[in-house]
Amino acid sequence: MLLYALLIALALVCAIQAIRAERLLTSALWLAGVSAALSIVFYMMGAYTVAVIELSVGAGLVTVLFVFAINIAGEDLSFPPPLVPKPLAWALVIAAVGLLGWSALPQSAAEVPAQESTFAAVLWGKRGLDVLVQIVLIFAGVLGLLGLLAETKAPLDQSVAQEVIARREDELAALQKRVVERERELA
Amino acid sequence: MSFSTANIGTIGVVGLLGVGLYCLLITRNLIKLVVALQIMVKAAVLGLVAAGSVSGQVQLSQSLAVTVIVADTVVAVIGLALAVQVRRQLGTLDVGDLSQLRG
Repeated sequence: MLLYALLIALALVCAIQAIRAERLLTSALWLAGVSAALSIVFYMMGAYTVAVIELSVGAGLVTVLFVFAINIAGEDLSFPPPLVPKPLAWALVIAAVGLLGWSALPQSAAEVPAQESTFAAVLWGKRGLDVLVQIVLIFAGVLGLLGLLAETKAPLDQSVAQEVIARREDELAALQKRVVERERELA
Repeated sequence: MSFSTANIGTIGVVGLLGVGLYCLLITRNLIKLVVALQIMVKAAVLGLVAAGSVSGQVQLSQSLAVTVIVADTVVAVIGLALAVQVRRQLGTLDVGDLSQLRG
């Protein structure tokens, strides 16, 4: 029980550090810390598959994506004032957290031992539609990414356009010359 | 209130949601917004898994959590790509500067 509490506290500290960090790269690394702490919690709760996926996708893939995006976009180290005033934000967050905690705590459900079939049977049998939706979602994500990151073609340079016009005129002149010669031969 | 697994898990969910919501309200950096969304989705996944482990339906909660993780990753990818394109086109990551998009 103590280990649970410690790991949840670690995840919370990592999350707070992630939003407090001034550099984006540091923020992304703290986010990976949240993922790592939570994946241990998932493992202890018996959700082995989700623990592995969270560790590899949440702490691995997403962090790599963040580092990649921050490298391309660059650090933005200006700190403009927030659009929502801070006291209002605090009030909203405290209200939301208070209502949620009030409705969800304390949990009185007795812990029941797992009496289920395997993960694969549930995923492919009961939740087969979810798998289809995931596939569609991944395709949509890939297409969206390709559309967003596609390089737009720059308009033709003026000099290139003029060069093309000049070449066309040369060809036209050569053709006219040949026509005149041919007419002379025939005449 | 006893400190059972369920209670500790719920406290973690509420705390992570609060942290994510605060960051979502306060920050103006596009990439930081994606970080806040990630924190909130992690809270949702923790809630699913904790509920599953308490009610004895771990496998069902796992299959739901996998769906959430996939959707969340796609959202992160699209969000980061949008941030990169905004930075390229407008030269800023500040949400406040996106007012050029007004019709």
